[in-house]
Amino acid sequence: MRLSEEKKQELEKQANDIRISIIDSLVEAGSGHTAGPLDMADIFTVLYFHTLKHNPQKPDWSERDRLVLSNGHICPVLYATMAHAGYFPIKELKTLRKFGSRLQGHPHREFLPYLETSSGPLGSGLSQAVGMALAEKMNHGHTTDKFIYALLSDGELEAGQTWEAGMLAGKEKLENLIAVIDRNNIQIDGYTEDVLPLEPLSDKWRAWEWHVIEIDGHNLEEIADAFEQAKAVAGKPTMIIAHTIAGKGVKEFERDYRWHGKPPNKKEADKAISELRTLGGKIVSEHQ
Amino acid sequence: MNTSNMLNKDLKLNKDLLEDNVEQIPIRQGFGEGLLKAGEDNLQVVGLCADLTESTKMNLFRDKFPNRFIQLGVAEQNLASVASGMAAMGKIPFISSYAMFSPGRNWEQIRTTICYNNRPVKIAGSHAGVSVGPDGGSHQAIEDIAITRVIPNMVVISPCDAIEAKKATEASVYTGTPVYIRLAREKTPVMTTEKTPFKIGKAQTFWESREPQVGIIATGALVHKALLAASELLKKGIEVEVLNLSTIKPLDEEAIIKLAKKAGRIVTVEEHQKHGGMGSAVAECLAKNLPTPIEFIGVDDQFGQSGTPEELIKHYGLDEKAIIKAVNKILKR
Repeated sequence: MRLSEEKKQELEKQANDIRISIIDSLVEAGSGHTAGPLDMADIFTVLYFHTLKHNPQKPDWSERDRLVLSNGHICPVLYATMAHAGYFPIKELKTLRKFGSRLQGHPHREFLPYLETSSGPLGSGLSQAVGMALAEKMNHGHTTDKFIYALLSDGELEAGQTWEAGMLAGKEKLENLIAVIDRNNIQIDGYTEDVLPLEPLSDKWRAWEWHVIEIDGHNLEEIADAFEQAKAVAGKPTMIIAHTIAGKGVKEFERDYRWHGKPPNKKEADKAISELRTLGGKIVSEHQ
Repeated sequence: MNTSNMLNKDLKLNKDLLEDNVEQIPIRQGFGEGLLKAGEDNLQVVGLCADLTESTKMNLFRDKFPNRFIQLGVAEQNLASVASGMAAMGKIPFISSYAMFSPGRNWEQIRTTICYNNRPVKIAGSHAGVSVGPDGGSHQAIEDIAITRVIPNMVVISPCDAIEAKKATEASVYTGTPVYIRLAREKTPVMTTEKTPFKIGKAQTFWESREPQVGIIATGALVHKALLAASELLKKGIEVEVLNLSTIKPLDEEAIIKLAKKAGRIVTVEEHQKHGGMGSAVAECLAKNLPTPIEFIGVDDQFGQSGTPEELIKHYGLDEKAIIKAVNKILKR
């Protein structure tokens, strides 16, 4: 289903609010990751407010789609999106990384049962999503209408386990599996192509019999269309390579790997929030 | 004296267990049969293997339930985490490989994706111990008890024979937790029978004595060596009691403390590094509750090597002679 103009505007505003919440929670926490959460805000918004089959009032609804966040360190965007979607109060976001908080520094489902999995150590989320997709296919074969979404970072693809999972998903023809790579080109030690080159990235997934879609990860229509296309693919899992701008939404943070693993201080946060507010949800994508 | 009188009658053990011609079956065979039975009884049970389906005897399950079996190739990290994902959807996955690779190679995936999530994945690690034999040290897992028992939520079982392995496998379906089941490659003496009771977390006194001078706590196939030692010692007038500690976590502290109280001296016996294994678990329990002298039978901070199982068991000081020596030593302490 294509996004109506009205829906698009609603999602733009939502993504902007989520970015503001990310900054709010990070500055309060005093530690955490900034770049990844900001650049994935558009994709999370489309998922939780348009694509996913889920019910925040019934988080354990058995027919829900499953979403596995593999690179757990970007959890500020997961938490902020879940809060805005109604899973828990938005004010709880200010407890991020604090003692006793449900919002652990990396997601832990023992603390927040609405999570499909705990994550942090990189490279194992795709395997878990493959397991979910396999179990679902074992139960319902091709007739399943439940989709398993896996969200991965580009840096974590350097971990061999991701390749093990990629090969298995292709072999098992998991059409109910839809994965997204946040291709923001940065990781904690620098730019991915300097640390350990990943290109040609799409060829690698095609070689394992995945359907590959490349999109601008800040274009809400492209994001929504990619998920619709992925759902229609038969006999193959889909990999959506989402080209994103690290730190998207705050000019000072954008494209700079030094923002991978640190939070803004109070002054930087005030400036960032003011910038986001001024734009009023109209974040112009550089890819357009 | 007929030494077999010392065997615990309530447990209905194999009457021939001290005979030279005692029946011998590989412990992994019991796992294969147990998984097949578990698969028949519970439709949620699924099997996943990393290219060692026949070696780990998961082929019995695969052949009966091909649609509930996943072949993942040589990819043990994926094996652990895919199983976690299947468990998240309500399945009860059994994963099998050699213990060196699972839980060896994939320890972090087991820790984070299985145990941290508390998903009921059952990890069968075959070819544990030096008795793997000719394959050599690279394939002889003698650290697996240490690395599994240290993880929260994990249950650790080291069955003494094929029949106990079958029961442990079936029982593990219903714990609701991750379980590690330690298996061995070689044919080993069958000590229990179908009628022997089994409960996860419950140690059993195989060899009884009213006034034991030493309590021997053994796990895995070496329980048989402990019984042979007990029989030899009795001929020399030394009475011991032998406890089969097949569940290493949760630890049957009550049985261990009771034995320590009764005997005053403990010898632990395992085909594992002394560091961190079953003996360490017993020591932790007794140091806290009832400080008791202990001698540890195990591999002494070394790697294994090629040889026949018997040669290696002897070389690393894990046979009945070594147990007898440890008993004599602790009697002098």
